[in-house]
Amino acid sequence: MRRADPSLPADKPLVIVAKSGSKRWISAADTAALKLGLHVGMPAAKAQALVQGLMIFDADPHADGETLERLSLWALTQYSPVVAMDPPDGIVMDTEGADHLQGGEERMLFGLVNRFRAKGLAARAAIADTWGAAHALARATRRETIIVPPGKIAEAVERLPVSSLRLPAEIVASLRTLGFATVGELAATPRAPLVLRFGPEITRRLDQMYGRLAEPIDPIRPAELVEVHRSFAEPIGAAETIEKYITRLVRLLCLELQKRGLGVRRVDLIVHRVDNTIQALRAGTAKPVRDAAWLTKLFNDRIENIEPGFGIEKLTLAAIMVEPLAEKQNASSLIEEEVKDVTPLIDILGNRGGQRIYRAAPVASDVPERSVRRVDPTAEEKGETWPSQWQRPPRLLARPQLIEVIALLPDHPPVSITWRGRRHRVARADGPERIFGEWWLRRSEFRAVRDYFIVESESGERFWIFRLGDGVDAGTGSHKWYLHGLFA
Amino acid sequence: MSQSASTAVLSELRERIAHLEGAASRQKTVLPFGVSDIDDCLPGGGLAYGAIHEVAGGGNGAVDGAAAALFVGGIAARTKGKVVWCFTRADLFAPALAQVGLHPDRVIYVEAGREEDVLASFEEALRYGGLGAVVAELVRLPMVASRRLQLAAESSGTIGLAIRRWRRQAEASDFGMPTAAVTRWRVSVLPSEPLPVPGVGRGRWRAELMRVRAGERAEFVIGACDGQGRICLSSDTADGSGEARRSFATG
Repeated sequence: MRRADPSLPADKPLVIVAKSGSKRWISAADTAALKLGLHVGMPAAKAQALVQGLMIFDADPHADGETLERLSLWALTQYSPVVAMDPPDGIVMDTEGADHLQGGEERMLFGLVNRFRAKGLAARAAIADTWGAAHALARATRRETIIVPPGKIAEAVERLPVSSLRLPAEIVASLRTLGFATVGELAATPRAPLVLRFGPEITRRLDQMYGRLAEPIDPIRPAELVEVHRSFAEPIGAAETIEKYITRLVRLLCLELQKRGLGVRRVDLIVHRVDNTIQALRAGTAKPVRDAAWLTKLFNDRIENIEPGFGIEKLTLAAIMVEPLAEKQNASSLIEEEVKDVTPLIDILGNRGGQRIYRAAPVASDVPERSVRRVDPTAEEKGETWPSQWQRPPRLLARPQLIEVIALLPDHPPVSITWRGRRHRVARADGPERIFGEWWLRRSEFRAVRDYFIVESESGERFWIFRLGDGVDAGTGSHKWYLHGLFA
Repeated sequence: MSQSASTAVLSELRERIAHLEGAASRQKTVLPFGVSDIDDCLPGGGLAYGAIHEVAGGGNGAVDGAAAALFVGGIAARTKGKVVWCFTRADLFAPALAQVGLHPDRVIYVEAGREEDVLASFEEALRYGGLGAVVAELVRLPMVASRRLQLAAESSGTIGLAIRRWRRQAEASDFGMPTAAVTRWRVSVLPSEPLPVPGVGRGRWRAELMRVRAGERAEFVIGACDGQGRICLSSDTADGSGEARRSFATG
């Protein structure tokens, strides 16, 4: 609301009021309003009486629903192949098999919440084994991100209130009357009396939360999605069979893409098993692709991750994120030898997960650890390199290590250095190479100085060491010596 | 049978064996060092393409692998095309590689969390083909894994360079274990070339060719890689013996 109209003052309490017949109650309130004692469900008239200057807006459930759908479609392209709306205020995703593209579950979750915050939206996110548990954790706890490790649902949901079970309001109220406060208490009570009194709803929700009852997610599909299916008369399960059909599907998909002049950036393989469960594999590419062999390889590498269970009855291949890809004519290579494009290899390695792929790019900084930047491996090649008046060591320690030296101040190289308990007598040395602090980055570096020396021990080992400070003025550094790199 | 006839027979046999191994079909099969003394010790006159070459550091270099990295960087710089460099310990300093002629645009780093992932990426990159060289920093290289890598390299004709780096110097005895690599080098540092003025001159290495398929062991004192990744023989040895190269009889 505030995002749509930035002229609203940020410190004034704000509530959204929903209507049903003649009743008007608060359906959402911001943090300022919550602090003043208002809560969701309170009659609007009461709230107005309690708080002076309360800003009230009418709820628009239809627009909310549309926004939620837009968000879900965005999440589909970004995060997971299986995304569904969880009305009125949530999105549910099955991220298994897709989190590696975001650097693992934790980084994905943090990134998700941060992206919402950057847009001025408050979001809470939770990952758990079941929809029920994730739903409850995201809503009932104060933390922004929660990850429940596999098989730890019981501990995680034990203390949550019964209202987080997705039950009708009357049932929650009656449970409270009976003295049930938490999910753990409810789960520990005999089920027969509960069913007798409230019907099957409570036990169904409990089972869904604990994963005893499957709750398939019905994924949303955008209208213009490029998608190909293959249904099987007999369920399939063998790796070779799956591989064969993936190859065929990829070929079909590429034909479809060719008709539209598109290339894919993200492709999902959705496996429908006979027991009505879904597994999804997602592959990302570094640039738009329409090459069947390349895409096939991305999936066939990960066939061992597919669990056929009792058999697969349908395979779906969907191009989730597409970009225009024009046909390109290859220049005839009469003179110049063609350099092979390595993007497929980067995709193959990147889709394995567990590794980072990058190129090093120069940064205009004299401070060694700041002079290298990691860039995307497919980033544009600028042809830049580092200035090379001074030799640089092939191995740079992540953190300079303190060494003991015998040296003459102010600008003589050390006579001997002691590193990791071993003493090296210095036979030859080069230096100093003076590097000044970058005061435009940090104020504390205004006077900082490092004097780098290349020293060579009698046995020929070469070290890159530096002294903090210029050797005269103590304000420029502590005059301690550090080892920063190893030459060869 | 005269001497020349027997060598002719031998060379013909060698050719037939090479043909069986499948390496002969390629036009360009070796990458010479450009130093005749070293190239003469290697079959074909250089480091073979489509093969695995192992390099380790000597002494403390077994742990930090600094000299080995530069030696390998120099070899990779003299190939054409992109270079993939796989490792688990991210302490490589790219400006130093640029100084041996390996331009930063050419190198793609693959940083893995586990040793197994390094092996897998190494093999995948070797199999891909079209790369200049593939480098991997490895602690362990079992026989089976090295044979897989060797086959992958043969299938694409890419040169594979394995830098062996151990956690502790005591573990470096693992380097005696046989692998399927075609050559095995140990590069250790020597005092640098003397300058007429105080200062550190061009670095010098003792490069031991510890094992080479169809060749003899040898040892060289070389000057470190220059700006184009070339090494040179260093005439003035550290121990003053004045002998640049010693050959061993094969055991």
